[in-house]
Amino acid sequence: MQALTNRSKAVNRDPMTFMERLYLPNIVKGMAITFSHIFKKQPTIQYPEQKREFSPVFRGLHVLNRDAEGRENCTACGLCAVACPAEAITMEAAERMPGEEHLYREEKYAAKYEINMLRCIFCGLCEEACPKDAIYLSETFAPANFTRKGFIYGKDDLLIPNKNTAPEEYATAKGAAR
Amino acid sequence: MSEQPLFKVTIDNITVEVPAGTTILNAARKIGGDVAPPAMCYYSKLEGSGGKCRTCLVEVSKGSEKDPRPMPKLVASCRTTVMDGMEVKNITSDRVIDARNGVVEFLLINHPLDCPVCDQAGECHLQDLSYDHGKAGTRFEFQRRTFKKHDLGDKIQLHMTRCILCYRCVFTADQLTGKREHGVLDRGDHAEIATFIEKNLDNEFIGNVIDVCPVGALTDKTFRFKNRVWFLKPVDAHRDCPTCSGKVTLWNRGDEVYRVTARKDQWGEVEDWICNTCRFDKKQTSDWVIEGPRLIDRHSVIAQGHYAGTVGTNKPKETFKAVHAGRQPKLLMDIHSVSEVNQPNITLSQLDRPAHSTDFKQNKD
Repeated sequence: MQALTNRSKAVNRDPMTFMERLYLPNIVKGMAITFSHIFKKQPTIQYPEQKREFSPVFRGLHVLNRDAEGRENCTACGLCAVACPAEAITMEAAERMPGEEHLYREEKYAAKYEINMLRCIFCGLCEEACPKDAIYLSETFAPANFTRKGFIYGKDDLLIPNKNTAPEEYATAKGAAR
Repeated sequence: MSEQPLFKVTIDNITVEVPAGTTILNAARKIGGDVAPPAMCYYSKLEGSGGKCRTCLVEVSKGSEKDPRPMPKLVASCRTTVMDGMEVKNITSDRVIDARNGVVEFLLINHPLDCPVCDQAGECHLQDLSYDHGKAGTRFEFQRRTFKKHDLGDKIQLHMTRCILCYRCVFTADQLTGKREHGVLDRGDHAEIATFIEKNLDNEFIGNVIDVCPVGALTDKTFRFKNRVWFLKPVDAHRDCPTCSGKVTLWNRGDEVYRVTARKDQWGEVEDWICNTCRFDKKQTSDWVIEGPRLIDRHSVIAQGHYAGTVGTNKPKETFKAVHAGRQPKLLMDIHSVSEVNQPNITLSQLDRPAHSTDFKQNKD
């Protein structure tokens, strides 16, 4: 069989030399390597006191976006759900009624929108599929939870706060701009 | 019909023999595949349809055996009949492809491109055509036309902005119902489909205008915004209907019937017209005799998640009880206790109008 890489090494089946049979020199060699690591720079950081900076392309928890007037962008077109390889997204659409124009941008909107964070693999395909700029993957993790029930995220968990009616909440959610 | 002469016609270097009087489009459809030109307005079951959308343009490189001169301009293949020895270029001709791209650009000039909202998305012929021939951008810098809203009754929704004026619905209303109450008013840029003086179309077969519409201009109000077609499972079903053939396609989600349409063949044309009762009022699984899953072209988005054979049509066997000597699982999470989607006490498919915010609020407490 042809090797996939040239890094594979054949197992050495030769009988052990005298130095190898002595056993202790190799142990000392190994311990020396371990000991030398004490003086190297530590890659570990002390989470949660210290936090590593996210990459700008980090894909974390989803948010549902609003437009400049605070109306929901999502029209429940279902493209995120169809693009989702884990089938984590479900939704139910409804028609906007007269008097709800300030809530929803278009005549159709997502009355229910759910992401099952247990299924989600954070691939970001929903973000790519969205034609309305409605769903984004933010730079946060889904917080840990003791039960599975806490991982079904509905619209109240996902929607960003309205910039016009709840500016403080919006500012908190936005966090410090980098 | 044996004395009718057979004409030899070559389309994209494939020769086929068709009876005299056949149009180029139908000869190409006989060959099938990519050779068949797209058609937005021609409908084989409607007399007089065709010749309006110009998407089926083909190049005739040899007129006939007797007169081998090529036709000077591209011709509409749905309206041009074949001659003996005719040679036609469809996808092999750059002129045709170029012209078709231009036609698609024209069709999309006034199209709102609201596919995320439109119920036709996923089975829209204009969507398919634009994916094949359209450009990503538009050169049109002006306001798209808008219309005063017309009410076509409580079953049919008209979105005039999406209309491409193919006249199919007009022909359907004219020929199928024998009572023409809607037609095309005004001309040019202002032309629009309308009922005369906002008349309700109460004919028993008028629902078929929804199926013939190649775009989302005429859609089913009882299905409006309920679900996307690619999340539904199309199954063939029939019922003993006194007015029509009763052969339909049900669009199911689980056991709920979300939509009933006529069965469509590979050209997107209705096989049997169905009546309004079948289409709008029979939304229970018990109303129908299910024949089996409908075959969907695997390139269609509707085919996503649908598997061949009986996969998905029957529920998987519960193994827990069998493995644990008849004991039921001690901890079982009912998804409905957490999820707000697909609540068992809200059956959207039973509403005969689009869902509103009130439908979801009722059971919150």
